[in-house]
Amino acid sequence: MDFDFSEEQRQLKEEARRFLGARCPLSLVRATLEEDAERRPSRALFKEVAGLGWCGTAIPEESGGLGLGYVELCAIAEELGRALAPVPFASSIYFFAEGVMAGSPPEQRSRLLPRLARGEIVGCLATAEGSGAYQHRSIGSRVKAGRLNGVKIPVIDGDVADVALVLAAEERGASLFLVDLTDPGVQRTALQSLDPSRGVARLSFSDVPAELVGGAGEGGALVEHIFNRAAVSIAFEQLGGADRCLEISRDYALERRTFGRPIASYQAITHRLAEMYVKNELARSTAYYAAWALASAAPELPRAAAMARVAASDAFGFAARESIQIHGGLGVTWEASPHLFFRRARQLSLVCGAPDGWAERLAADLCERTPALPRAEIA
Amino acid sequence: MNFEDSPQEAAYRAEVRAWLDTNMRELKEQYPDPGAPDLDVARAWQARKAQACYARITWPVEWGGSGGTAIQQAIFSQEESRCGAPQGYFGIGLGMCMPTLMKFACADVQRRFIGPALKGEEIWCQLFSEPSAGSDLAGLRTRAARQGDGWLISGQKVWTTGAHYSDYGLLLARSDFDAPKHRGLTMFWVDMRAPGIDIRAIHQMTGRSEFSEVFLSDVMIADDQRIGPIGEGWKVALVTLMNERVEGGKERGPSLEDILGFARSIPRAVGTLVDDPVFRRRLAVWYVQAEGLRFTQLRSLTALSRGETPGPEMSIGKLVAANRLQDLTERLIECQDQFGLISDPHYAPGKGRLQRDLLYAPSLRIAGGTDEILKNIIAERVLGLPGDVRVDKAVSFKELVSRG
Repeated sequence: MDFDFSEEQRQLKEEARRFLGARCPLSLVRATLEEDAERRPSRALFKEVAGLGWCGTAIPEESGGLGLGYVELCAIAEELGRALAPVPFASSIYFFAEGVMAGSPPEQRSRLLPRLARGEIVGCLATAEGSGAYQHRSIGSRVKAGRLNGVKIPVIDGDVADVALVLAAEERGASLFLVDLTDPGVQRTALQSLDPSRGVARLSFSDVPAELVGGAGEGGALVEHIFNRAAVSIAFEQLGGADRCLEISRDYALERRTFGRPIASYQAITHRLAEMYVKNELARSTAYYAAWALASAAPELPRAAAMARVAASDAFGFAARESIQIHGGLGVTWEASPHLFFRRARQLSLVCGAPDGWAERLAADLCERTPALPRAEIA
Repeated sequence: MNFEDSPQEAAYRAEVRAWLDTNMRELKEQYPDPGAPDLDVARAWQARKAQACYARITWPVEWGGSGGTAIQQAIFSQEESRCGAPQGYFGIGLGMCMPTLMKFACADVQRRFIGPALKGEEIWCQLFSEPSAGSDLAGLRTRAARQGDGWLISGQKVWTTGAHYSDYGLLLARSDFDAPKHRGLTMFWVDMRAPGIDIRAIHQMTGRSEFSEVFLSDVMIADDQRIGPIGEGWKVALVTLMNERVEGGKERGPSLEDILGFARSIPRAVGTLVDDPVFRRRLAVWYVQAEGLRFTQLRSLTALSRGETPGPEMSIGKLVAANRLQDLTERLIECQDQFGLISDPHYAPGKGRLQRDLLYAPSLRIAGGTDEILKNIIAERVLGLPGDVRVDKAVSFKELVSRG
């Protein structure tokens, strides 16, 4: 039993923190809110991140990755979350690469994984077609004779990705398809969003070539598989963001004075910060458990991922909201940092299914594996 | 990151299970219902554990421990709680008082008390809180006055868990009223049967009596009952209290199985309570809190096994557990509609356990450090925030009292 990062993993985290501290200041994050659709500064950052090999952390060596593993990927995710890194890392690695590793035939794997690991291409996952969880809607996008037609909205990082896994209907039901987004039949429109540091797009497809990934009719199950894995890395990004929110709020409270003393000496403030700490620690503990379940291919993964997702969304949501409150009037200005965290907290809580849906999955799992007792009452 | 036993840990767990199987079987021959709250059976069990060096696994061998790791202790505790072994009575003595003696008492006192406490022969309580000194413990007024070679103790303690069945108590008293409040305190041990000690049970809102008031009227004690230097009682007490926080953060209330069993018995317009989305959302939150606490404790074990000290961050345990229990009991009782009013064991589900927990939960948010004090501790010791404004630190205690 060992419930923490190892010495090597801690070193990896420290290196990542140093690098992002130098190369990804909050000013860079804020710049992505103001720049045009090209988003140049963040592209440069993604190149640097890719140059460090981070994209290939959990991709096996024989597929061109570093083959370090998922706990290492989670360590990097926590640092990316802390820095609010405006890069399409999550879409490309937690979602797209996972889909390829789970569903692609060998030829697709060897075509895609080395380039993903080197950061030469960016992938994304396209499931939604309107408001509400994708599972609750019929899918309008269709693939017939290897050609995709339809509209996906929103697609996270769809404005910058080169390739996508698209959930579309075909004869045998919902299936996942690999699509080249540089195809002339793809029309993309970058959309305004709550968190422009990780953009969203509307993708419209007309007669675009589509290659099947995974079994025909197994698209829903494959997306679930991807979500269960991505939720763990996303929980670490949320955790990193939540811890940083606590730190900036604490620093501000120590510096800001009212009625002749720092606001950090009022219990209304200190107790709020203590509550943030409590939520962050519960989120950290459940995230560690989920990282272990992911790395060791434990059958508990769906339950562990749901727990981590619920706890991390709660922690980052609370920390981001209360961080604005502690910063007072300054906290609602464009120039101050809290809204950057607030935007990312909202983005991460929606990026792989909203927390309420994960709570329901967890409840369903608990009910299912706890059989009814003969005498239904509390012992 | 590994949530499974290593081969050595698995071997240790197997060894523990074998021992528990044999010893629980033998205990049941003597006492048919070992889980019942009964001092005799608890003593018999404690003696067995001490004999096998399982009573305090992390203690050094010279004190009757087995010099084991915190993880071994956790494995033993997990297995022990699974097999329905007797609980209670010895936690305060072994978890809080003895670690304090080990750190501050002289060798004679250690030799005299640690062994008997470990074997369950003697039970300890903690005489700290007073009517005017709860959260503000250092404001206590029980007087320790020099009298010849010894000390004369007078005052009143309150909220003393298990005072009526305890043999000895760890007593914090004021030896100097002229010094500022934190600097005039001294720690002692007392015999709970000494002349001048009067114990009166406190009737709690639950109807039960787990705490007492302890009146000390001119109790004469020898100077060799002093633990640590005169005037340094606060430093000694902090060690006791830190150990309390490590002990305190366990999951409370009904288990997942109990909650679901209960929910399946409550009808809804369609199906039962388990089909209600609001209930399901809450169930998920309660489960995440309980598991989050469990993993947080496991993380502190890792810190211990790496030679790091789990510090005040352990304060979150009781804070979360107590608030969770309050929320859980209130919601589950509401789900029963009018029937939730019934605490009568003949009619209420689970013999009224939820109603009992409902009335107990408020005390859990207060005992062993209130929510507010625990948040102060997190703010000050973990987050490095300044302490509250203090108007009492540099002033002599006498003057503080006269200010009212």
